[in-house]
Amino acid sequence: MAITHKQGSDAAHGHDDHGHGVGDAHDHGPTGFISKYIFSFDHKVIGIQYLLLAIGMSFIGVGLSFWFRTQLAWPGHDVMTPEQYVSFVTMHGTIMIFFVVSAALSSGLGNLAIPLQIGARDMAFPLLNMLSFWTILPAALIMIASFFVEGGASGGGWTVYPPLSALRNTLPGAKWGTTLWLLAMALFIVSFTMGGLNYTATILNLRARGMSLMRMPLTIWCWLIATLLGLLGFPALTAAAIMLLLDRHGGTSFFLPSGLIVSGEPMANVGGTPLLFQHLFWFLGHPEVYVLVLPAIGVAFDVIATFARRPPQAYRYSVYSLLVIALLGMVVWGHHMFVSGMNPYLGKYFSISTLLITAPFAILGVNLVGSLWKARIRFTTPMLFALGLVSAVGTGGIGGLFLATSTADLHFHDTYFVVGHFHLMIGVVTLTGTFAGIYYWFPKMFGRMMNETLGKIHFWTTIIGTFAVFTIQHFQGLGGLTRRYYEYSAQVMMPAASLNPMVTMFAFLAGAGQLVFFVNFFWSALRGPKAGENPWDATTLEWTTPSPPGHGNWPGALPVVTGDPYGYATGPDGNGFRMQNAKD
Amino acid sequence: MPRRNSGSASALLLASFLLIFTAATVGAMIYKKCYLPPVMSHHGIGVDKMIMYIIFAAGFIFVVGHLVLSKFIVTYSGTGGESYKPMSHRAELFFTFGPVILMVAVSEIGVLVIGAPVWHEVYTQQPDDLVIEITAKQYEWTARYPGKDGKFGLRDIKQYDETENVLALDKHDKTGKDDIVSRGLLVLPAGKGVWFNIRSWDVLHSFNIPVFRTKQDAVPGIFTHTRVVPTTVGTAEIACAQICSAGHYRMKAKVLIKSPEDFAKWLSEQTGQFE
Repeated sequence: MAITHKQGSDAAHGHDDHGHGVGDAHDHGPTGFISKYIFSFDHKVIGIQYLLLAIGMSFIGVGLSFWFRTQLAWPGHDVMTPEQYVSFVTMHGTIMIFFVVSAALSSGLGNLAIPLQIGARDMAFPLLNMLSFWTILPAALIMIASFFVEGGASGGGWTVYPPLSALRNTLPGAKWGTTLWLLAMALFIVSFTMGGLNYTATILNLRARGMSLMRMPLTIWCWLIATLLGLLGFPALTAAAIMLLLDRHGGTSFFLPSGLIVSGEPMANVGGTPLLFQHLFWFLGHPEVYVLVLPAIGVAFDVIATFARRPPQAYRYSVYSLLVIALLGMVVWGHHMFVSGMNPYLGKYFSISTLLITAPFAILGVNLVGSLWKARIRFTTPMLFALGLVSAVGTGGIGGLFLATSTADLHFHDTYFVVGHFHLMIGVVTLTGTFAGIYYWFPKMFGRMMNETLGKIHFWTTIIGTFAVFTIQHFQGLGGLTRRYYEYSAQVMMPAASLNPMVTMFAFLAGAGQLVFFVNFFWSALRGPKAGENPWDATTLEWTTPSPPGHGNWPGALPVVTGDPYGYATGPDGNGFRMQNAKD
Repeated sequence: MPRRNSGSASALLLASFLLIFTAATVGAMIYKKCYLPPVMSHHGIGVDKMIMYIIFAAGFIFVVGHLVLSKFIVTYSGTGGESYKPMSHRAELFFTFGPVILMVAVSEIGVLVIGAPVWHEVYTQQPDDLVIEITAKQYEWTARYPGKDGKFGLRDIKQYDETENVLALDKHDKTGKDDIVSRGLLVLPAGKGVWFNIRSWDVLHSFNIPVFRTKQDAVPGIFTHTRVVPTTVGTAEIACAQICSAGHYRMKAKVLIKSPEDFAKWLSEQTGQFE
């Protein structure tokens, strides 16, 4: 049932060469409700399923943050216990990273857009694609279930550093919560791996005839590189998770040294080291940042090109930069461990190598801004989000300079500077990218347009709220405010801690904006104005088929690519555009 | 179809927002003197220099980047105007490798010229340093001074006692007799180098003293190290910086920095745990 032959070369056969369920030989899609919408093989349906999962999980992830932000802003009112606090920050991080951002952006939009943008009937392995979704769903359910077991959900931070996470008597959630956390993550990794293999196989093998690598939209490049990084990084986390499970339940001591005394009780473990886990964790953990951020940047490049009405600045160098980011991204994980007890010389190496990454990122930043030069900008909602992304990626990026410098990290490590920085990058950049993508590709999901007025309200509340929250958190980090504290009493931190009520108010504002999006999304899916084939005058292949595309994506023959993905600013007045499959 | 709607209004609004955001960030940093807490250690001054260097370098990029972005948003919001022509290859190369050279030079020169000597200072023990051992456990800091003989006694995990012998010092080891154990209080001499041997009994903790710009994880199974030269007499606090379970937020200890004379006096008044 998988498409195993090169589709581009068979384009002339048109409709007959797309994937079907086992034993299907006819050339129209499934008709039953369950095979069409629940256990669907269709990448578009699976993409929407991922988006719905992300929207559902975001209510839990964001809800938790509102809860503990209330505690931080107005401590002393018994809003929650310290045990709940550590547990909630842990679960907020885990849910937002893996089940909201990754699910919406990497899996949701990726599934939706990749086959459409490269001119394929579906993913290379549609069954695997379906299984990928039906594996992340139980992972999400197990993650939620961990709130309700004895001792509650895991409370060791989303980084689950041992010994805290390896010992079953050290913290709330230590009894079963962390075990469920590890099982859920294992399922997530299985799901990501199935999805990732599918992306790689699809992008490398199923591109439409004429679409050479250097004619791929930048989104596709970003998804491809992000996926490869994930596939290379996740095995290290898988190994770490298995070892941690064994330490917890199998009596091993991979991460537990001898001489431990926990709550007055000497432990029998010998021979392990907690630092090993940190190396394994960040070997994935750092590339994971790019797994999340690069697709958002890719979406921004595409959206900006469409609404700036000109091709992105220096396409080639953006591609090369992405490749350099991928290479360097694999060898800089130690910058998360400057004060971990790792050899100080290694710290120096990781500092120098990490700062080299500013080079390719500087190119991407300049190219994003440069793509507006001599443009004719149309300020639609997706464009606003993409422009917000440009600002966020710049601000977040230069925050990275502070943290990548080991000497400065002596002050910033484990403070709110880190919290503000990574929220800007893997929170604001990813979500502005996701929203830009959702508003942009909504016609290809539901055949309708989203409401622009609600979209703009959503944009402004999101951008004002999140920029304020995370910029102020940088200030708090400069003031030495440590993260993961239930409340603050150290004298030196009090000026920074006094900013907490303001941060929480802005967080509420940003959160309220998401309700507007929620309403807009579902209302527009049912009642929005019908969209034509190419409502934005865009040039890439997904805009050459009806909205929404039917099963198999193109009613007739597959498109044949004849040019670059961004044929904007053509014609005598520069207002024309050329589709990527135009026959001229 | 939504297009070309209120182009210039949106452009002005967005550009204004970006400029206000930039100005507010820069203004707050200047008004609050970059929010940095007071600094009371020699290497801390170096850390602050490093931070200030990045603030100026990164701040410059932040401001210029946002000015250009805002300018482009306003200038190129129309539907007519100058029509797009691809950049010349030479210009493209300039705008690609210019930023690369700038960013790499700015960041690597900073880390090598300003940062490296400070990093070296923090991680290099000097011969005449006072050595203090720091032991962390949920949720307490304990300092141990070697006593008159200048040597730390051995440990025997079987002799651990929550109230009587929290460091599990070996009663039978003579070198440990005069070791001074100070729970929840760290006393330091101003102007003298102190080399810390840091360890933990149970989970990860982090030896964090913000006014010193000192932060070093305490890792069970190994010793980690850091060096401080306190510059002024005064008080400070250790505040754990690595999540160590629900009581993480209250894992604190007092730090007293005394003049060398007062410190010597304090030390002579202490008695060893088994004396």
